[in-house]
Amino acid sequence: MNQRARQMAHDLRSRFEAAGAAVVDPAILQSAETLLDLYGEDMRARAYVTADPARGEMMLRPDFTVPVVQMHMQGGAEPARYTYAGEVFRRQEDDLERASEYLQVGYELFDRADPAASDAEVFAKIGELLKPYGLRAITGDIGILTAAVSGLQTSEARRAALMRHIWRPRRFRALLDRFSGKSPIPESRAALLAQSDPMASAGPMIGRRSRAEIETRITALRADAKEPPLSEEQVALIDAVLSVKASCAAALGQLRALSSDMPALSPALDRFETRCSALSALGVNVDALAFEGSFGRTSMEYYDGFVFGFIAEAQPDLPPVATGGRYDALTHRLGNGAEIPAVGGVIRPDLLIALEDRS
Amino acid sequence: MSIKLGVPSKGRLMEKTFEWFGSRGVALSRTGSDREYAGAVEGIDGVSLVLLSAGEIPRELAAGRIHLGVTGTDLIREKLVRWDQKVEPLAELGFGHADLILAVPSAWVDVDTLDDLDAAAAAFRSVHGMRLRIATKYHRLVRDYLRAGGVADYRLVDSQGATEGTVANLTAEAVADITSTGETLRANHLKVLTDEPVLRSQATLFRSRVAEVSAQEDETMATLCRMLDL
Repeated sequence: MNQRARQMAHDLRSRFEAAGAAVVDPAILQSAETLLDLYGEDMRARAYVTADPARGEMMLRPDFTVPVVQMHMQGGAEPARYTYAGEVFRRQEDDLERASEYLQVGYELFDRADPAASDAEVFAKIGELLKPYGLRAITGDIGILTAAVSGLQTSEARRAALMRHIWRPRRFRALLDRFSGKSPIPESRAALLAQSDPMASAGPMIGRRSRAEIETRITALRADAKEPPLSEEQVALIDAVLSVKASCAAALGQLRALSSDMPALSPALDRFETRCSALSALGVNVDALAFEGSFGRTSMEYYDGFVFGFIAEAQPDLPPVATGGRYDALTHRLGNGAEIPAVGGVIRPDLLIALEDRS
Repeated sequence: MSIKLGVPSKGRLMEKTFEWFGSRGVALSRTGSDREYAGAVEGIDGVSLVLLSAGEIPRELAAGRIHLGVTGTDLIREKLVRWDQKVEPLAELGFGHADLILAVPSAWVDVDTLDDLDAAAAAFRSVHGMRLRIATKYHRLVRDYLRAGGVADYRLVDSQGATEGTVANLTAEAVADITSTGETLRANHLKVLTDEPVLRSQATLFRSRVAEVSAQEDETMATLCRMLDL
């Protein structure tokens, strides 16, 4: 880790500190259990897992957000602003050129009062620090996607299945295709549903998944088979939401137009509109700021509202220089019953240095 | 120096490899006592035999300590990141066929595809408060396969042997393992999912892309390749 990156990380953290954030310094070694439970097995391919005979599996922190949320949920003051700077560790099996150890400087805001203002504050604060680098900011809103899915005219089970796979675009598409009748019901399922007593041929029950669980799913499959296909119009609405690509101001107009056919979008769009006002109030030009309907879908699963990234357009080989978003649900999952609206973002000093050196 | 050829050190895989080379005029044999891992090569000069565990051959090829090696495609892909930049497959040897498959209890009449498995995993997690466990020793291959298949809410548990028994022993709900005939699976009341397997594997002769080769060794390699019809 070079000295210049460390110095820059320190300077950036000082700027966040000057803005009122408390400096925190979470441990590098984190319990793997918490992270694996949140992100699933894919996390193992992205993080370094190590074993401790006494404490079990430990993970070199792949990001700061989870430990910062854990710390805050154990009795942090409200509202709270935190900042940190330090190494994160990521395995890079697919692209060995990418760094597996790099610095992140972050700013996290826990505040119940005005989520739109909090979103705007975090975005504007990071944008201000990045101003000299001429980066392109892109924003999105996972909350609009989840609102669109929850507004689909289909069964609760189908909406839940789609909701679960919002972050896996390919699987999401495959489910849409099946629910709309575009792809046929799998042969094995048709055969199963044709049997009057599918359990007759089951043979001995082994393992933890019980007979009752299997029967419950068969009942669900039977119910699903009776469900009418998701209409083409409904699929087109989802596609339209996903393919919005415009300035925030224009995107809001396009999405408002879609909401006449899907009223469930409206509360999420109201929040989007309020955020646009809050951004404007902080001097961000929402007529120029990019919004993409599917932005943030392939990143970490914990973002559930506003998402943003700052990218160096002229350097397409570089990952995003800064990323962030809202993660209310994460505070609920780590909060033991408590929860608080929260939003944050991180900057990568190593990439800023790469940009300085290339220009 | 000589071209180093790594071959599995015991069992059917070794015998079949010896047969494959033998029928092409390259006689491989073990020398010394039954317990000594030393070997000889006849029919060509400048090639030496290195007897190794099949599981270590990928690593030795990737490190360039052997020039050629016989092992399963499954082991190469599991153990080597970016395997295709480190080794080149020269010939499939036509034996040691095995598929890496996903299997679930036969009693799961509602699960035949990855799509079913994903739905079952979601329900299992909400009922049991834990992710559905899949026992395997092929962590990377299985994880990539499940990610591509859009399966969530599972976790891999390590099993280095007797993997088919893990479900009955309640240490896993499903398994991912190598099978050739499926008999062990059936005997343990498991069935294979109908999707394409994770990987179809067979014994394959690989060349290391990183091992250094002198002019003389290069000549030997060319001669050997001619004899082997490569």
